[in-house]
Formats: sequence, structure tokens, C-alpha cells
Amino acid sequence: MGNNQATPARTLRQLAKVVRSKNSGPFEITFDVIFDSDEVYEKVKASGVLDESLICRLYGITREDIVTLMFFDPARAFKLTLKRGWQQGTVGERDTFGAQQHAPLLTVEIPGI
Amino acid sequence: MKDEVRILTPNGILGYGIPEADFWRGVDRQPDAIIVDGGSTDPGPYLLGLPKTIVSREAYLRDLSLMLDACANRKIPVYISSAGGAGIRDQVDLMVDLIREIAKREGYRFKIAKIYADIDAQTVRKAWQDGLVSPCGSAPPLREEDIDLSTHIVAQMGAEPFVKVLREHPDVDIIVSGRAYDPAPFAALCMMHGIEPGIYWHMGKIVECGANCAEPKGKVILTTVRKDSFDLEPMSLSERCTPASVAAHTLYEKSRPDLLTGPGGTIDLRESRYEQISERAVRVRGSRFIPAKDYTVKIEGAGVVGMRTIFIGGIRDPILIGQIDDYLCRVKKAAFDTYPELRSGQAQIVFHVYGMNGVMGDFEPLVDAVPHEIGLLGEVTAPTQELANAICSSVRIDVLHMAYEGQLATAGNFAIPLNPPENPIGPVCKFTIYHLMKVDSAEALFPIEIVEA
Repeated sequence: MGNNQATPARTLRQLAKVVRSKNSGPFEITFDVIFDSDEVYEKVKASGVLDESLICRLYGITREDIVTLMFFDPARAFKLTLKRGWQQGTVGERDTFGAQQHAPLLTVEIPGI
Repeated sequence: MKDEVRILTPNGILGYGIPEADFWRGVDRQPDAIIVDGGSTDPGPYLLGLPKTIVSREAYLRDLSLMLDACANRKIPVYISSAGGAGIRDQVDLMVDLIREIAKREGYRFKIAKIYADIDAQTVRKAWQDGLVSPCGSAPPLREEDIDLSTHIVAQMGAEPFVKVLREHPDVDIIVSGRAYDPAPFAALCMMHGIEPGIYWHMGKIVECGANCAEPKGKVILTTVRKDSFDLEPMSLSERCTPASVAAHTLYEKSRPDLLTGPGGTIDLRESRYEQISERAVRVRGSRFIPAKDYTVKIEGAGVVGMRTIFIGGIRDPILIGQIDDYLCRVKKAAFDTYPELRSGQAQIVFHVYGMNGVMGDFEPLVDAVPHEIGLLGEVTAPTQELANAICSSVRIDVLHMAYEGQLATAGNFAIPLNPPENPIGPVCKFTIYHLMKVDSAEALFPIEIVEA
């Protein structure tokens, strides 16, 4: 996955304890990435990788679609909320609970860990 | 007024099952109330639109029997909010009927307060015309046709209607409410005992999910609330709360973890502190409440947008998979050329292409992946089931037989597991209203009735 000796990197799949998505009401999907050590959490936060431009690229959206993007220290967590893009539970629904939209986050690489 | 209030919550949603030993362990701690929420929008608009209850009658009877045993024999009041899932009048009445059925069987006698949360369309229309309605979060602006389409509309009550019951009818054994902000009944009990608003709202936000804040996630939880802090202790001995597990819970299903807006104001968790006070319990303090200038209630409406017919199957031919987007466009075009209801927008066709982007749609970043096999769900919605059936049949026949570039398999394009191949599945709903409505009174929309069982 693009690792090389000069800049070692690990993915969120390797680093996080929880990577999940879920509805926050019928018009938003929210994502939680939770770490179980302060050290890893602080390194991920300091890396600056998890920013708006990455999220826009991963989900094919624009900045206006991002409702929340923040770190939450008490839970050692990265928090992201997106506009749903389609309405919950009606014609054309693909994921009623919004529970399977997290997968692209798993392969995000954090350098220097 | 008490210095400490104890509340037992048997699970996150009434009807999801209560582990009995954990429940009685909690009852033995002599809680001041047993409080459980019954509602959610998470299963989608059908609960409110059709309407349906979130679990079966049998599931409600099972959970209620246990709680009413504690209510009758240990004299612990029971509060149930958002009865039935959507919290409409019929679901409040159903819950009270089930309580009566159990009371009759067991020889219990209860005084019950019902609080209704239904609003009629005219009230919403008037508020909308007066500019008092705004979208909740990322919901679209309200349109008049969405008000008209709503089969049911409810408002989420705050704590005030529960407080009114507790003040005016202090001897009620049971409160059954319609749609309510999940923490509202928890907050109401605490308001009677001089507890700080930041503390009881934060507590309610966590405890309404049962022991979801524990590791591993559980069901039964006891909270002990005092003026400026609250403790959380799961009642299963194999679960524990930790500062991290409790803090992490405030992320769950919320747009942001630090500022949570509800009726009357915002819970500010930026200064909250979490402390391990025993092997399995956590104390929380520092949470604050910022009152809002205007009092708003969230209003929810849902209605039926059409009838749906579906087909499902798979494609394994690599020549067809290589041009599947173009192929399905041509199938759609053929249907549009045949049915004016598709052209006018009264009917819709949606394809879900599993193996390509069936789960994520436009969110899918892997746009160039070519799988060896795809699953196809075809979904047709129309004003009547008969029309949905007709369009779905045409579309399914085209998917099976339409010619394509480079075709070698000229006998059929589509592997169909079900027979008959198209299946009518009934009404499709949508959330018509998910808005905030400014109100003068936090109580006026929510009538209270006192009944006996």
C-alpha cells in the first residue's frame, strides 16, 4: 500500500480500535475513528492527514457536504459528519442505517507511525 | 428534594429484551424510577409513515411484564417515552392497552399518565407560513406538498410535559409518552430535585441508550445523579464503564460530540470530565447547558410516496459486466420510452449494482474496479402497485434479453434466483418533515390524560 523505507506509514485499519459509520438523523451520516492509545491518537491528529481535502477526495464530495470534521480528545477520536446525499429509507436507499459507508477510511495511510 | 436520584434503564429501546438478573440487580439498588425510551428514526420513515411499531406486541409484553413487576411490587415508577417507535397517539394507546392487559392478568393497579405528541397538518402549515419552521440539521427546506403528503406528524417533547405530570399528578405510577427527545423523561425527574441542567441532560443523553456506553456494550444501566455530577454503572457484572467508553458514546449517532442541541438549548460537553470511581463505574462532571433564545421542538412527518416492485439477480458474463453502466442506461431508456409515468416523474426506476457501487453509490471511490460477478437489484416505484408491477416486469425482461455489443450469450443475460421473478413489496415511505418549529409554550402541544389500569 505505498509503504517505503523512507517514510513508513500505517493504515487506519491497523491503527484504530473503531472505524464506523452510522446515521445521525435521516439526512446525515456520521463517522467515528477511535484510537485506544493517546500516543497513536496524538500522532494521527498531528499528521494532518485527516483533513477536508482528503475526505472530499475519498467520498467524491465538496466541502459544503462536510457538516463536522474535528478531533475529540476525551474519546481519542476523529469525528466526521457528511450530508447524506440521498434521503434515508425512501426510493433508491442503499444503506438505511448508514452503517457501511466507512470502508474508504480503512485504507487511509498515516505516515511516520 | 433528594440529594441523589437513582435511575434504572433496562435497555436502549423498549422491546429489545431485558436480561432479568441484571434488571433485578438494578431494582435492588432502589432506583427512584425505571425509565426507558421506545423510539427512533433510525429504522427509517416507515414506522411513522405506515405506521408500524418498532418491535412486535409479544416483545413489548415481555419487557413490560418485567418492568411492571418492579413497578407494582417494589413501588418504582416507570416512565416510557416515544411509545411504539414513532410515538403517535395509537402507539401510546397500544402501550397503555398492553399495560392494562398485564395489570389485569397479574392483579396490579396503576395510575397512568399519557402524554400525546401528535400535531395536525394545519398547525404545521400555519407555523410554516409564519416563518417559524426551519430545517433540522441537513434536512431540505419544508415544502407545502410535503406537509400534505404526511400521514402522521409528531413533535418531540422536551422535559416540560413530564415535569407537568410529576408536579400535578405526583402519585402516577406510570408515564407513557408519545414522541419525545430521548433524554427528556430523565431530565424531568432530575429537575424535580435541583440538579444542574448540564448534568441531567448529559446523563439523559448517555443513559437513554441503556448500557451502550459500557465495554462491552450492554443493556441495563444504573445512574446516580447529584447536583453537579453523575455516576454510570452497568448492571451486568461482565461489563464496565471507563472514561474512554463513556466519552466515546457521545460520538454515537451524533453530528458532533461536544455540542448537542435539543429542545430549549444545547448541551456543552467541552469541559466534561470523566473519572473512574470503581472497577466498573465512571463519574462525569463539568457538563453545561446553554439555554436557547427561542424554544423549538423538532417535528417529524412521514408519508407514502408510492408502491414498490423489485427484482433481483446476478450477472457473470464478463462481456456484459464490462459495459454494465451503458447497458443499464439503455434498459432504463427503453422503459422511459414505453411508460409516460416514468417521463413525468410519477414513477421511478433505480438499479443497485452490487459488486460495483451498490452500497456506496456516488460515495464509492473505487470507480474503475471490474468484478467477475455483479448482483443487480431493480427497484420500481409507482403510484399504484399494478403500475409498479408492469414497469418492473418490462425492465426485468429487458435486463434478461436486451442485446449488447460483442454479445456471445444470446439466450439470456441475467441469472434470476426468485420465481416469480418480480415481487411487489408494498408502500415506500419518506420523511416529509424533519424540522424545528418555534413554539411559545413547551407544554401546549402535548396534552396529558390520566387513566387507571
